[in-house]
Amino acid sequence: MEYLNLFVRSIFIENMIFAYFLGMCSYLAVSKTVNTAVGLGAAVIFVLTVTVPINFLLDQYLLSPGALSWLSPEYADVDLSFLSFIMFIAVIASMVQLVEMIVEKFAPALYGALGIFLPLIAVNCAILGGSLFMQQKNFGGIGEAVTYGLGSGIGWFLAIIAIAAIREKITYSNVPAPLKGLGITFIITGLMAIGFMSFMGIKL
Amino acid sequence: MKTDKTKTSTDSAQKAAEKKKDEMILFLSSSEEKEHFLSKNNRKLLSDPFNDNNPITVQVLGICSALAITVQLRPALVMSLAVIAVVAFSNVIVSLIRNLIPNRIRIIVQLVVVASLVILVDQVLKAYSYDVSKQLSVFVGLIITNCIVMGRLEAFALGNGVYKSFLDGIGNGAGYGFILIVVAFFRELLGSGKLFGYEVLGHKAPTLADSTGLYALGYENNGLMLLSPMALIIVGIIIWVQRSRNRTLIED
Repeated sequence: MEYLNLFVRSIFIENMIFAYFLGMCSYLAVSKTVNTAVGLGAAVIFVLTVTVPINFLLDQYLLSPGALSWLSPEYADVDLSFLSFIMFIAVIASMVQLVEMIVEKFAPALYGALGIFLPLIAVNCAILGGSLFMQQKNFGGIGEAVTYGLGSGIGWFLAIIAIAAIREKITYSNVPAPLKGLGITFIITGLMAIGFMSFMGIKL
Repeated sequence: MKTDKTKTSTDSAQKAAEKKKDEMILFLSSSEEKEHFLSKNNRKLLSDPFNDNNPITVQVLGICSALAITVQLRPALVMSLAVIAVVAFSNVIVSLIRNLIPNRIRIIVQLVVVASLVILVDQVLKAYSYDVSKQLSVFVGLIITNCIVMGRLEAFALGNGVYKSFLDGIGNGAGYGFILIVVAFFRELLGSGKLFGYEVLGHKAPTLADSTGLYALGYENNGLMLLSPMALIIVGIIIWVQRSRNRTLIED
């Protein structure tokens, strides 16, 4: 039940885009058609589900205050948490590289479809944001970290597909010239975020 | 952006091949050195990001970590200063070592440079203004993946001299901070009637009779402004205003 609650919360209430604006750069740049949006969204789900648990383990057994005590009791007061930024980003960059190589080897069709999006994910704020929020939330176990990673990925996926569908339709609308493109996308995202706020307070 | 990138990287590769002998001199000198410190071109690097080439409203970079921290002016100001520092110094460092970075691993090298600078900024914030650092929470860390930093490194610092890169970093950081501060100004003023925490619209008391300033006339704060969606809508409106004044920016 707790996992389900965390899962739903990370998709809808703490949605990466509508609540924290994370990953906005690629969200705006790649949402022109639904097809590419699906590709990028799927890649983000995958990378978030993999990197959040890995970074959770790193944080738990290497970085947080007293985490090194499993090595020997004398390290109990070592606090390496200032290193977490550089460790997290290194894990993310190397994971993305690894995922890219694996996908290229075993699923060339998918690799062709994802194209340039895979390497771009390394600098997607949503990925690093997922790990940093995970660190802040003090999860109890790796199960929660996996659930949170998967949930935030799916939330991001939903958001980018929704905006891509709207942008495909909006090309036929009569938008004031200066608002066309970027401006109207910002305002629509704002309105969608207000819509998503209605999920606030839902608890399973 | 894409063509830009490949162009600068081939440029720097060529330069590296040409001047391999006197690499040490190349570090600090470049063909632009003879220019005056604040020549017209250099001033353009500083002022362009405020209008024609604003990182947020035109280049669409770095919105990620920007909007969640614009509820009040103070964190927005601190965030802008942090971003200016990180962009300027990472530009300088990458520009210094640009001829030594192998092209294939340049993203990881850049990430490491940026991450170390962000760690420094984070530690300084924790030491000197702890409450703001708590308010910014994860968003300090997210400067690492702020697209402005990577975008400027890729598009400018990899192909230009140290001093120019420094100016470009300052300009883009400031252009970004400018938008943050405008958004935060409206959100704090309309949302809570304060600027930097001072009650500029008068004091709001539980009863109308005790209130002063605008609140005595029955004015109410707009609570919607405090919620995150309004940041997006305000940026949308800023883009609208900017593009109706500068018609060349309109997309079709």
